[in-house]
Amino acid sequence: MAETTLHDRIQELRDRYPDARSAVMPALQLAQSEHGGWLPEEAFRLVADALETTPAYCLSIASFYDMFRLEPVGRTMIEVCTNISCGVCGAQDVVDAFERELGIACGETTPDGAFTLRTVECLGGCGWATIVAVNNRHRLHVKADHVPGIVKEVRG
Amino acid sequence: MTELVFAGTDGGAITRIADYERTGGFQALAKARAMAPDAVIEELKTSNLRGRGGAFFPTGAKWGFVPKPEQLAKPHYLVINADESEPGTFKDREILLRVPFRFLEGCLIGAHAIQAKHVFVYIRGEYEREFEVLVEALEQMHAKPGLIGDVTVVVHRGAGAYICGEETALLESLEGKRGQPRTKPPFPAVAGLYASPTAVNNVESVATATTVLELGGAEYAKIGVENSTGTRVFSLSGNVVNGGNYELPHGYPLKDLIYELGGGIPGGRKLKAVIPGGSSTVILTAEEAERANLDFTSLVGMGTAIGSAAVIALDDRCCMVQLAVRVSQFYEHESCGKCTPCRVGTRWLTGILQKIEDGRGEQGDLDLLLDVAERINGKCLCPLGDSDAIAVGSYVAKFRDEFQAHIDLGRCPFDGGASLDGLLAPVEMHERMIHAHHIPKPLPVIA
Repeated sequence: MAETTLHDRIQELRDRYPDARSAVMPALQLAQSEHGGWLPEEAFRLVADALETTPAYCLSIASFYDMFRLEPVGRTMIEVCTNISCGVCGAQDVVDAFERELGIACGETTPDGAFTLRTVECLGGCGWATIVAVNNRHRLHVKADHVPGIVKEVRG
Repeated sequence: MTELVFAGTDGGAITRIADYERTGGFQALAKARAMAPDAVIEELKTSNLRGRGGAFFPTGAKWGFVPKPEQLAKPHYLVINADESEPGTFKDREILLRVPFRFLEGCLIGAHAIQAKHVFVYIRGEYEREFEVLVEALEQMHAKPGLIGDVTVVVHRGAGAYICGEETALLESLEGKRGQPRTKPPFPAVAGLYASPTAVNNVESVATATTVLELGGAEYAKIGVENSTGTRVFSLSGNVVNGGNYELPHGYPLKDLIYELGGGIPGGRKLKAVIPGGSSTVILTAEEAERANLDFTSLVGMGTAIGSAAVIALDDRCCMVQLAVRVSQFYEHESCGKCTPCRVGTRWLTGILQKIEDGRGEQGDLDLLLDVAERINGKCLCPLGDSDAIAVGSYVAKFRDEFQAHIDLGRCPFDGGASLDGLLAPVEMHERMIHAHHIPKPLPVIA
């Protein structure tokens, strides 16, 4: 069962730290990746049980950090950096191109559940603007005309 | 150009331990371990290595502040801040990717110096490849008996929060809490991680500690300029032809970084302004940038700071009001909400700036903006809100005519031709989503 595995893997994470509470973030990261990229209520119960805390405490952590998702997301997460350096190098054109190509607005998921599109703060690749993270893998120097190719590549 | 941090890489990466050892790897660690911890700290003090994260705090002094185990019998911790997220900064990721062993060697040197048996590397969650490279490098090191010894090194991934780059917020986050800054004192040196003695150092600082031990502190101090010894990895971005990281000696002329190494401004456009040390720093006009050198003293002398050594070039299509809106949106989005002046003030700054950009600005708004900035600056537990106030305040101070023109014309004078036109910030995206879900929006701050 996936649940047993997750519980055991969380125990392994817990052993890395002098205090079990430190394992809350890595445990949530693990739970999120095992629940299709987001954290349903069940995930909070599992993490809380494994670390002897409460689901409410886990939710208070998840809601603080940008990379934890509290709603279902697409199988591929596309995140476009729109901070200063990407911004002055045409990030908004890239955002617009993804919105057109996917037929959704930023923050939305395609009806087939394939993609979620977001804008994000600085991804730390400013000199290689525009940075687009595709499931956390960073594409560098992305221009609007690369967008159809990226979407096609992901769709396979 | 002399490369110290990236020494031996020849433009590539050293990710196999045998390759690192061939270039003299781990000799600095052997040297350090043959020395008393205090002697290592003295070597760092002699080098005058100052922290590369942004605060430029002397690394040797920081390690020296950690009580000795006989003075404070608690576990000692070395925590590495790899939560690089100051807009414009992308040097630490390249250090992690290209010289992971030099970085990890520096961690072990630091652990020896402060007599820590535990090292935690807090790496931002968005750096997935960098995390993998580190873990692979650590595995290779574990295969060498005695190299890591009795030290435990844990790589801990963040989950997307700029505030966790602030050291006490980072420690909270590492303890499994929301990343909100702590009241200081007590300082981390005495009561840091798990209320125990802790040093928190930046990636580049510890990677450079390896170099300091290799060369010797006195030799290292000969590189660079007074008050800013050694080299620095500068992140160049924005409107430049060749963006990227450049390891240069401190004191290098800013204009040479932009025009010679950076290849100048694309499309034959004119340089308008430069943000010299990450988004938190005071902006320089193009004229000021001509005269600036990339070191602590030169930049402080011009009223700004070297910060995280992130140089952002902005060409003449940059509307300073739009820039201010975008910078302020960032700090508003990343404010942890603990201190009222920051939580409320950053939202106010964004609101006033957006009003001016939209052509609804009134004459009193500029004074109101500066007044709000004043009410944030220095009034919170950490400098996040200050950064918004200082950055935005500097745009108003140096480009006041442009702000005034927005108010006088009742529109943006760039008329849709500016480089940051219509940019969708995450904070706006979130508000759109809230709206789409029919959750009542908070009352607008600005009428």
